[in-house]
Amino acid sequence: MENRLPFVDILKGVSGFQRKSDLGSFEYSYKAEITNVYPLTQNEKLYQIQIVDPDMRRRFTFRPGQFVMLEVPGVGEAPFSISSSPVRHGDIELCIRNVGNLTNFLARVERGVQVGITGPFGTSFPLEDMIGQNIFLIAGGLGIAPLRSPVLSVLENRSRYANVDIIYGARQPSELLFTYQYDMWRKFDISLDIIVEKPDTQWNGPVGRTTDVLREKVTKAGSLLSNNTYAIVCGPPVMFKFVCNMLTEAGVPMQKMFVSLERRMHCGRGKCCRCNVGSTYTCLKGPVFDYWSVMNLKEAI
Amino acid sequence: MIFRILNKPELRELFDVLAANRIIGPVQKGTSHDGKPLYVFEPVFDFNELKLDYTSTTRPAKRYFLPSHETLCTFSIHENGWEKSVDFNIHEPHVFFGMHACDINALDKLDKVLLESNFPTPYYAAKRKNMFIIGIECTPQPFCFCRSMGTDSAFHGFDMFLTDLGDRYFVEVQSVAAFNFLKNIKTREPEEKDHARYMELVAEKNRMFTTIVDTTDLAKILDMEFQSDVWKYWGDKCLSCGTCASVCPTCYCYGVEESVDIDLKGAKKKKHLYSCNLIDFAEVAGGHNFRPESHTRLKYRYYHKHRGFMEEFEESLCVGCGRCSEACLAKITVPEVIASVRSGVKPKRRSSRHGK
Repeated sequence: MENRLPFVDILKGVSGFQRKSDLGSFEYSYKAEITNVYPLTQNEKLYQIQIVDPDMRRRFTFRPGQFVMLEVPGVGEAPFSISSSPVRHGDIELCIRNVGNLTNFLARVERGVQVGITGPFGTSFPLEDMIGQNIFLIAGGLGIAPLRSPVLSVLENRSRYANVDIIYGARQPSELLFTYQYDMWRKFDISLDIIVEKPDTQWNGPVGRTTDVLREKVTKAGSLLSNNTYAIVCGPPVMFKFVCNMLTEAGVPMQKMFVSLERRMHCGRGKCCRCNVGSTYTCLKGPVFDYWSVMNLKEAI
Repeated sequence: MIFRILNKPELRELFDVLAANRIIGPVQKGTSHDGKPLYVFEPVFDFNELKLDYTSTTRPAKRYFLPSHETLCTFSIHENGWEKSVDFNIHEPHVFFGMHACDINALDKLDKVLLESNFPTPYYAAKRKNMFIIGIECTPQPFCFCRSMGTDSAFHGFDMFLTDLGDRYFVEVQSVAAFNFLKNIKTREPEEKDHARYMELVAEKNRMFTTIVDTTDLAKILDMEFQSDVWKYWGDKCLSCGTCASVCPTCYCYGVEESVDIDLKGAKKKKHLYSCNLIDFAEVAGGHNFRPESHTRLKYRYYHKHRGFMEEFEESLCVGCGRCSEACLAKITVPEVIASVRSGVKPKRRSSRHGK
């Protein structure tokens, strides 16, 4: 029997405190409860999700722009951008549209359901670097979901930033998300422009695309944009291409513009390769990229 | 490193010593349509089954490290929630008897992304750490281009490595486990003539490579030729079947699926190896596909292997084993694709493969 090789227990001596390097952490998920479901539109709902263990909940920290993997055992696991403010720690909010297997299941669940949360994963919007500067927060469609976290973070630290402009475009008024918060955002001295492509009879706001609003704003700002402005852009690739090009022409440096890319991740940990753009992992090097990096990614937009 | 000389008959002794463990090695499984033996890595119970002079196995050793299907965790579901239990799916150490340098290098490359980066994979780690690997020198085949990829010899990632010197083996001893096993059998210190013979053989092996791939500046060239028509030429040929990924020793991409047990009391999360050539590889919920055309997927595969991995780890993810070229139903070969991308010239007619 002396010739039997010893079995190597890879978890021996592993503490479990280094989430990114411990072998035992890979498949660990926080148990979490869907504490509330708030319907936003016909297709999107806001899920309030709370990590069950109070200690873990407190210790759970993330930065705006990061995502979590949400798992429903037996149904599936998928990545979602966190839509809540980082000050809420492990009491997160996810804005989810029912489009796939998992999300169609989620559309039917009620509060009280136990789910698994892993993360947070990925890069974030560098809000610390933006201190003292003007910020453009530009969203198209469901892009408001990843944008809401930096929006709330800016609200909570309003004194640190100069002008804050949110431009939010949707196809039609019925698809607008978080309508109940617009007044609050405005009261916190944030300029909020909402524009739709196809108005309905009750719509009395502007009609067009986000770039229409943006064009006016950049013309007004003139040459100042080159050294006092950051931009965060979330939306479909075709939108941020136009938006970022407009901002580039207006003088905003590429490395001061941030976009969030979306891919279908199966692991979130740089292993499954499903989210690769060119040959870059969206889950590790992204989802938040500066525009310069996006320009250097093949097939990103 | 410690070197030893092992007389050929002693190898059977070594096998017997190691047989206290489960041994996996190259065996002949059948014969191809053109009469060549087909080899696979399988559990070996008898030293005589072991074909140490094998050319190359049809499929790589990968399935013992990254099985094509693997359960990541199981859930027991009850009234108020669920419990998750995780198993890394290996419960005893294995001995790998007779792995070529390309396949060892493939594991070393996988180590970089699966073990040494952020979020190391325990499923792979548990198998990798419980594998005692004996490497063996090979004879270059017409489809091999490991020398071009710098993977024709292995420097680490194994326990011992054998080179056939005729009536004896030249043994590189890399781990203490290997050193201890060798105490059980008769070995001796290598002499000058053994060194000379070893070097003779290495030089001979180097002369045998017939397929050369020019990898100079390849990462940069792939970027420059991203829009090249050559990709479309290969994309039109590609059947998007994913065979190349399944026989590749370094392809690790996967998909995850969950299922509920039939009694509704449990659920499973399963991982299956995937291929970036399969049509839905980059499809997202809602149906948008980031790579709907076959040439974009084929290009992506080369991109990841020869550029992305290079950018991250300063080396290519291809070991030049040639399995994908051999297995490809559309007869797409890596050396030809790379040559055409470099030159920008589509092959006019199909060159006869390997002088056949």
